[in-house]
Order: sequence, then C-alpha cells, then structure tokens
Amino acid sequence: MSNTHFQLDRQGRLLHFLTIEGLSRHHLIEILDTAESLRGVAERRVKKLPTLHGKTVVNLFFEASTRTRTTFELAAKRLSADVLTLNIATSSAVKGESLLDTLRNIEAMQCDMFVVRHEQSGAAEFIARHVKPHIAVLNAGDGRHAHPTQAMLDVFTIRRHKPAFENLQVAIVGDILHSRVARSLIHALGILGVPDIRVIAPRTLLPVDVEKLGVRVFHNPNPGLRGVDVIVMLRLQKERMAGALLPSEDEFFQRYGLTEERLTLAKPDAIVMHPGPINRGVEIDSRVADGPRSVVLEQVTNGIAARMAIMSITLGNHARPAGEAL
Amino acid sequence: MRTAICDGRFIDPANRIDTLSDVFIADGRIVGLGHPPDDFVAERRINAQQQIVCPGLIDLCARLREPGHEHKATIASETRAAAAAGVTTLVCPPDTDPVIDEPAVVELIRRRAKATGKARVLTLGALTQGLRGERLAEMAALKEAGCIGISDGGYPVSNTLVLRRALEYAATFDLTVFLTPLDPHLALGIAHEGPIATRMGLPGIAAAAETGAIARTLELIREMDVRVHFGRLTCARSVELIAHAQADGLAVTADVAIHQLHLTELDLAGFDSRCHVRPPLRRAQDRDALRTGLASGVITAICSDHQPHEPDAKQAPFGDTEPGIAGLDTLLALSLRLVDEQALSLPVVLERLTSGPAGILSLDYGQLQIGAIADLCIFDPAIAWRAVRPLWHSQGQNSPFFGWELQGQVTHTLLAGQVVYERERGQSS
Repeated sequence: MSNTHFQLDRQGRLLHFLTIEGLSRHHLIEILDTAESLRGVAERRVKKLPTLHGKTVVNLFFEASTRTRTTFELAAKRLSADVLTLNIATSSAVKGESLLDTLRNIEAMQCDMFVVRHEQSGAAEFIARHVKPHIAVLNAGDGRHAHPTQAMLDVFTIRRHKPAFENLQVAIVGDILHSRVARSLIHALGILGVPDIRVIAPRTLLPVDVEKLGVRVFHNPNPGLRGVDVIVMLRLQKERMAGALLPSEDEFFQRYGLTEERLTLAKPDAIVMHPGPINRGVEIDSRVADGPRSVVLEQVTNGIAARMAIMSITLGNHARPAGEAL
Repeated sequence: MRTAICDGRFIDPANRIDTLSDVFIADGRIVGLGHPPDDFVAERRINAQQQIVCPGLIDLCARLREPGHEHKATIASETRAAAAAGVTTLVCPPDTDPVIDEPAVVELIRRRAKATGKARVLTLGALTQGLRGERLAEMAALKEAGCIGISDGGYPVSNTLVLRRALEYAATFDLTVFLTPLDPHLALGIAHEGPIATRMGLPGIAAAAETGAIARTLELIREMDVRVHFGRLTCARSVELIAHAQADGLAVTADVAIHQLHLTELDLAGFDSRCHVRPPLRRAQDRDALRTGLASGVITAICSDHQPHEPDAKQAPFGDTEPGIAGLDTLLALSLRLVDEQALSLPVVLERLTSGPAGILSLDYGQLQIGAIADLCIFDPAIAWRAVRPLWHSQGQNSPFFGWELQGQVTHTLLAGQVVYERERGQSS
C-alpha cells in the first residue's frame, strides 16, 4: 500500500510517525534504544536535554485527551522545545473553520512539529500530506486506525521486563474493534518477532478478518490467557452498551475482566498492561491493577521517554538533508 | 436541420445492427439508414470515418446538484458535461434541496434543463415526503408533473411497513420504484467490511447491508405487481439474488455504477478520499461478479452515479469527506475499457448504456430505427487520452480516474437531431 512508506524519506528514515504498519525492525529498535538512553533524563536534577532547543512543537488535539497530551507536552519540554497545545475540539473547528485552514494558520506560526489526535482514521496522514515539508507529524491517535507512540511505549515497557521478543506470548483483551492501540501494538509485536499474539474478546468487539493481522483469536479468556507472558487490557468505553455491542459492564467483567483468579492462568511472572485510563471493575479488578504484576504506571513513565525518542528521531531526520551522513 | 452522418460504424444494439452505414436525420428524427430518403439534401454532413455511431447514452443516475447545491454544480454545467460525455438522457434522483417531492420542483428542473438544452433531464420523484421514510409522497401528482419513476434517492426506507405501502401505492399508478439497496442501520460505516477496513480502522459496511435490503424487498414484492429497480449494486451475492428473482418472473432490474466495475477496496490505500463512495468499493471478486452479471444481462445498465463536489468536500480526513465521484466525464471511456479487458463485447457495452437503461425506464429512446428520435453519440474509439483537468467538463473534479490512460472520446453528440457537443480538433492530451 502506498501509505506504508509515506512516512519515510528516500533513505528509509522516519520523517513522520503515523503508523507502525510497514516499518522495519530496525526502525523500532532504533526508537527503543533511543528511549532507553533518554529514560535516565527524568532521574536527573535538571530534567532537560537541549536536543530540540529552538524548535516549536504544536499539539493539535481534535479529540479530548489528558494523559497522552500531557506526556507529549512533557516529552517536548524535556527536549527543550517550545510547546503549544491546542484543543481544537473546543475552538475553531466548532466555528466552521476547515481542517486545512486550521493547519495553514498554525503553519504560519513557524512550527516544526505537529502532534495530532483526531477522531477520524487517516487524519494524521491527511495532515502529513498537506503540511509544509519541514514539519514532522506525529500521530497521537487517529480514529480506530493507529496509535503508534502508544505501541512503542508498550513494547518498550515489555522489553524492559522481557528482553527476548522471539519467545513471547502476548494477549490483548477487550474492545479490539474500536482500538487503535490494539492495531498498532499488533503490528509492532509482529515486526519485533513475537511469535504468539492473541486477541481475546466477544465477537461483537472483534473486527472482521482480524486474524489476517497475524493474531490468534480467542472468545474465551481461559484458554486465551493460558501461559502468556504479557496481558494487555483495553479500555471499554461506556458507549458500547448503547451500541448493542455488549449487554452490560457487569457481564463483560464476569466473562472477560482481569481478576486475580484469571491472572493465575498466565505465566507466574506475567506482566499486566493497560493504556489507561482504567475502568476499575469493568475490564480489570483493582487488586490486579494495583497488584505486583501491574506495570501500568511504568507505562506512563515510559511514555515520556518513548515520545522523546520519536520526537528527536523524526525532527533529526528533518534537520539533516537527505543523504547526509549521521 | 437535415444532417447526414457518413461512413461511420453504426451500432444500434437494440436492433442488433452493427454495420458501416450512413445515418440521415431530419426534423429531429432518423429518416434514413444506409441511403437517404428521396429528395434529402443534407444541410450538414458529419464525417464519421473510423468512428462509431450509436444511440445517445442514457444515464440512470446523475446528480446535477440543482436546486440546492449550486456550489457543487448546476443543471447548466452538468448537462454540458453530459453532452460532452455522449449522454443525451439523464435521470436525476430526488435528493435535491428541496427534495423532488412536489410538482413545483419537477417543473423548476425541467425549466432549467430546457433553457440549457444540452441534454434531456428526467426526474425521479421522492418515494416519501422529504425522503424521510415516514409519509408517502404525492406520487400520482409527481407522475403527472413528469416524473419518470419514484425513488428513495439514496435514503433507504428503514420501516418495512412504510416501504411495503410505498411500493403498493407506486404500483397503483404504474410507477417503477428505484431503490437504493442498503439497510440504513447496517450501513453506518464508510468502507467495505473486510480485512482492508479492519487494517485501516475504517468502520465497515457489511455486504449484508445490501443483500439484506434486496432480500427484504424481493420478499415484499413477491405477490405484488410492481416494477422495482435496484440501483448501484456492489456485491456478488446481490447479482445472484436478483438473477433468482428474475428467473422467478419478478419485474426487477438493476444497474451498476461504472466505478464499481474498475475499483475495489484496495484503492482506499493512503485513505484516498476520491475513492470514498457510498455504497463502498468492495472486493475484487465482487467487481468481477458485477462484470459477469452485466455480461449475462442480470444487470442491464451502467450508470455514471455522477456526484460532482466542490474541492473542499474531499479535502479532509477520509471519514469527514463527502462520498461520491464525478463520473460523467469518464463514463464512456471506462465502459469501453471493459471491452479492452474482455469483460464484455462492444455491442453489449453499448446496449448497457443505451437500450438497457431505456428499457428500465420503459422509454423508447436508446435505439435508432427509422422514425426514432435522433439522439446520437459519435465517438472515436481510438483516441487515447489521459484524464486531466483541462479536458474535464463537469464542474466537479472529484475523480479517482485522473491520471488514468483512457481510450475513446466523444466527437459529436446529437440531441433530437441537434448537435449539442462537438469535439474541438486536436483536443486530447
């Protein structure tokens, strides 16, 4: 597909970060290694690097978000960039300004990077195709399509606990149908060589032909969770009940929620992940969310390092003219 | 005006004629084939050497955007585009603004079209008031005002009881009912429900949205003496359902949009909003089954499904764009491409563009025996061209076929004997 390589320059370097699909293992490892080296910054007395000094990063959030927006802001600030956050869901889009007009206006403020979240699949790519060539676009979530920085912080977190991807069994549980997190994570795990990726959900929460993404499908969590190294629980939106996808939160928790009992099906050293925000008692029991196997807060911390890595790599590739050596 | 069209290859699919023959026209009608009537003196001779002379094309679904959406296109702009595309008769669905649910709107469109005089514009009246699917429109009055049939205009009726009564009422007045087979509840998505939509994270529209709607209607009309036309099929299974109904003797017909015969879900790559259409592009096997259904005669018409838009309508993330392709400009060349790709023979393709749709409309346009109205399309099948903006006629430039290498261009279009389009010499890319 033509979109696969759109985010790369002719040398195959990342200019934007729109989707994991189509990237190579090399791209992902570069991000993971960079994130690892940046992780220590937060432990220092002065939590800043000069990497993006003089650069302007604009967070364009067309869809509400607190956590993702905040970690992007922090990541940019720790790299010494100037950061501007626009919640467009509550500003110009409501007044009838078109997306392209909004882009042109912000572009005119001489920015270097757009971090975009939008409810429509493909929105980040649309923006990347229409901005001036010196601007890097990072996808902070587009519709159901992709959330590639989340996938990177997830695999970064997994690697810190389970360094050998080629031996892992990973289960993703819950609303796969609407989840950009699941789609991007499946691609990332596949590229990194994880041999067994499972999705566990009732049929109403699975997209058609999901197995073609390279996953094994389970409708029952008991065989699905057996022997896995990593469990990724997805957030269940309350709207799903109104859409006749599920009868109730309670029934979902009874059948699919991650309880201490179900956790025993996994390997004894399995880790439990969640992209947040958590619905306690809906997809995950508090005792598990706060328990010793949970790495949920670590994911938040790692999110900053992963986003710093992606920002510095993409903007670095923009700064160097194509062909110039590193 | 007496006109002679000389030395062309004359193809009249309805009468099974394909021969080198001159055509003679007087007073808007065909007066001679092969040799002129006595005392015929041509005021104008058109040299049709190396060209094909066939009935003017009949397009069962072309949005002209007037009244109500003149920022997208107008009756004047789109009937000119129709003439340049060899289309002499086009059918305008009722989803204008205001909706064609009362005679005044029919009259307005007729008046505007007549003022332009480039193509014959027929209207479909609304099945329900405001196309809301609740109360019946005044179908008898609409028929009297000149509507050629009655239609849901792309807004399928979700209430089965309303649909049943609308069909019965239309049948009372011998009106053909033109339906969009799409279950509105199953059709909330924007792309064919399958592996591509799953990968791209686009909400899907299952094939069952179409096949379920067709099956529902077929069961409703089984004991009802009504003619139903299903517009814009997209699924292999739909072709089967309609073939069975036809074999059972039901008066059902179907058409297909030209883009469904060439594009598939794979063309959505890169979230290309020009390929955002409704109903959506489906699988390659669906496209192939539509071609087969067209060849076998289950589907008897190809239409442009012309939906011109202003540029802004397509300049947004995929799901925020408006569906539809401006299809008139490429209708003939893309139809001829089916001959190149050996999906259909040339006479069959031309039949599906002329007498096929005429039959669905129960009109005797689309054929060229002596005495027939002289609606003609003359085209040069050998002209190779690339779809580029300077050659485009529709006001809507929303087409995924820009850049395609096409073959076949209209050189003259005659509407009731009058030349309404003539290609400028050397006009190609």
